[in-house]
Amino acid sequence: MSSFFNDKDSQQSNDFYNPNVLINLGPSHPAMHGTLRVMCRINGETIEDAACEIGYLHRAIEKLGEDKTYHQWMVYTDRLNYCSALNNNIAYAMAVENIMNITPTERCQYIRVICMELSRIIDHIICVAINALDLGAMTVFWLLYHWREEAYTMIESMCGMRLTTTYARIGGMSYDLPDNFSERLWKFCEEFPKALDEVEGLLTSNRIWIDRTKGVGVITKEDALKFSLTGPTLRASGIDHDLRRDRPYYMYPDLDFDVVVGSNGDVYDRYLVRLEEMKQSVRILQQCNKRIPNGPLWVDDKRVHIPDKLEVYTKMEVLIHHFKIFMEGIDVPKGEAFTCVEGPNGELGFYIVSRGGPKAWRMRVKSPSFMLFQGFEASIKGGKIPDAVAHLGSVNIIAGELDR
Amino acid sequence: MFDLSMMMAKIVVILVGTLGVVPVMVWFERRGAAWMQGRIGPNRVGPFGLMQPLADVIKFIFKETFTPRGANKFYYLMAPIIALIAPLCALAVIPFGSKAFVNGHEVILQVAQMDTGVLFILAFAGLEVYPVILAGWASRNKYTVLGALRGSSQIVSYEISMGLALLSMLVVYGSFNPHDMVSWQQGSLGFIPRWGAFVNPIGALIFWISIFAETNRLPFDLAEGESELVAGYHLEYGGMKFAAFFMAEYVAMIMASALISTLYFGGYGILPGMEFAINLISNFFAFGEVGMQNTKAVFEFISLASKIAVFMFLFVWVRWTLPRFRFDQLMDLGWKILFPIALINLVVVTIGVYYFNS
Repeated sequence: MSSFFNDKDSQQSNDFYNPNVLINLGPSHPAMHGTLRVMCRINGETIEDAACEIGYLHRAIEKLGEDKTYHQWMVYTDRLNYCSALNNNIAYAMAVENIMNITPTERCQYIRVICMELSRIIDHIICVAINALDLGAMTVFWLLYHWREEAYTMIESMCGMRLTTTYARIGGMSYDLPDNFSERLWKFCEEFPKALDEVEGLLTSNRIWIDRTKGVGVITKEDALKFSLTGPTLRASGIDHDLRRDRPYYMYPDLDFDVVVGSNGDVYDRYLVRLEEMKQSVRILQQCNKRIPNGPLWVDDKRVHIPDKLEVYTKMEVLIHHFKIFMEGIDVPKGEAFTCVEGPNGELGFYIVSRGGPKAWRMRVKSPSFMLFQGFEASIKGGKIPDAVAHLGSVNIIAGELDR
Repeated sequence: MFDLSMMMAKIVVILVGTLGVVPVMVWFERRGAAWMQGRIGPNRVGPFGLMQPLADVIKFIFKETFTPRGANKFYYLMAPIIALIAPLCALAVIPFGSKAFVNGHEVILQVAQMDTGVLFILAFAGLEVYPVILAGWASRNKYTVLGALRGSSQIVSYEISMGLALLSMLVVYGSFNPHDMVSWQQGSLGFIPRWGAFVNPIGALIFWISIFAETNRLPFDLAEGESELVAGYHLEYGGMKFAAFFMAEYVAMIMASALISTLYFGGYGILPGMEFAINLISNFFAFGEVGMQNTKAVFEFISLASKIAVFMFLFVWVRWTLPRFRFDQLMDLGWKILFPIALINLVVVTIGVYYFNS
């Protein structure tokens, strides 16, 4: 057996016997959601030093935004945070509309709020479920994923797609809501909170879950501000900030909901904040479902209004108009705008500079995951490997949004 | 010659019984998990998906036999073999019935009759730490070494509280022999059976928790910890070598269930109500004393099997309910909570037995 200790490879890898071992968490590791890479120097189980690396999922989406027309780029927003594609679609449409000074119709705004809250629920489901899965509670994962599928089925009825929706259009939505949507949404709002209660029964007062999450991955108030974190992670650290209330857009000022704020900024608080936010989203959905008015879906603006298919087939002028919109693209006036919405993971912003014409001159995405990941490195140092996994699961970094 | 053939027969019963239950257990684990999680589970291969484990085995057999570069082949291949054999050996001492009569000879239904039976089991349960260390070390991978570190310290730590819980039971029974233990538990305490678990409930609880750690099952599956260490100590194993580890986990579960049934839950002692069934059958077929004893042996085997089944179900149930511990919390639980309680329990039980006997 002496060969084991003397073989020629052991000379090269003396680190193996060093108490300070370098270990790669990712880019291909079950707990690194997507392709994140964290190089850790560990001593036993303790992470003494860590270095994060990004770019494994870089697809030059922002550059593509300068090469595609405004409508063509809509499909790329699906691929940013693929867990909440609807939210990205709408935030992007909102940014373009702001340059063009278009306000969507009331019905359209309600539909958009419904979409954003549905995608918030889906995103939070993914975060909580996968966090639980990473900590070994697989049943929670399946319980919640059932409801994610239900939500996706609803989204499918809206736009024909489940994951990559491309539902929004500049100035409207690609389709109106289907006929039985109200009943479906009502049923979802009735039954989904029951599943949340079940999950709370499994986790919230579970001794092992509390031990694994309380005081783990703490992000203090100061750190949260220093790393410019946003969204549930910021709120779990005790900062009361929610764009839906503080810089309202669409119908949010009329809707009644609470902003959930934690206190400790640890994994447990982030879990509680996300659970409660899902319940608040259900409240918003119920109110929207009651109030959604009938009326036009599209703004009455020739520049962006995509004509009805029936008219396209019957009227020459409309056919030409349709052709111009899709072959040339819409003409966006000169100007620049930064528009941000409260995405499920934080502030999702689109910065667009237009010099006229159908393509953006500069397209920039301000993604919450990027900020979350830059804070990640500092907060896992000194912790254990399972703590790093728990922390990563609780901030919900999506590689597609991080690397763009 | 008769003894030899009987011995072979008993070994075959244990081997076939255990290894035959493993695929059923794998199927049950999946279906049980699916049932708890509101899913369907495997239902395509055979009726109710019962042939699924068989399909898995075929898949495992035809997979490439792969050895990582720089691995120590001898230890690398040794680890799954030890993992499978150690719990099977420990099963040799578990009695699966009192005695039967074959051709007028009395046959004791236990593979190896030895007075130090329980110590033998502990010794082989202790061997379970070796495959973890060997697999982790010989695979030459940082993740496997981390898994091996976790697994070995976990098994060694929980063996202590397990041993102390066992010791408190040995004080009660006054014997190392499993047969004596079972016969001690035959009576009743008022309306409940005189099982070890009712005499020494804290010991039973500690022992039950410890066997989760010993078998590396959730919430103590840190050695595997699939989200942290990818697959832990058996990360570099594939094909039948992985299947051996997989089977070993279930064999260890069966062994642990059989052990806790024998020590704390009356072992092969027949369940309440079965007395009536035995008398009924014996009278119906007009069995003599021999036939009655053989009928009793069958029911004893059924009793033990059903007790094992209950504990196997608990293994599955707990696995799909609880999250995983963290390594330091696991050590805290083992050393700061279970160990002192087990020690105090041992003293209390010893004093209790002294006063009760005098």
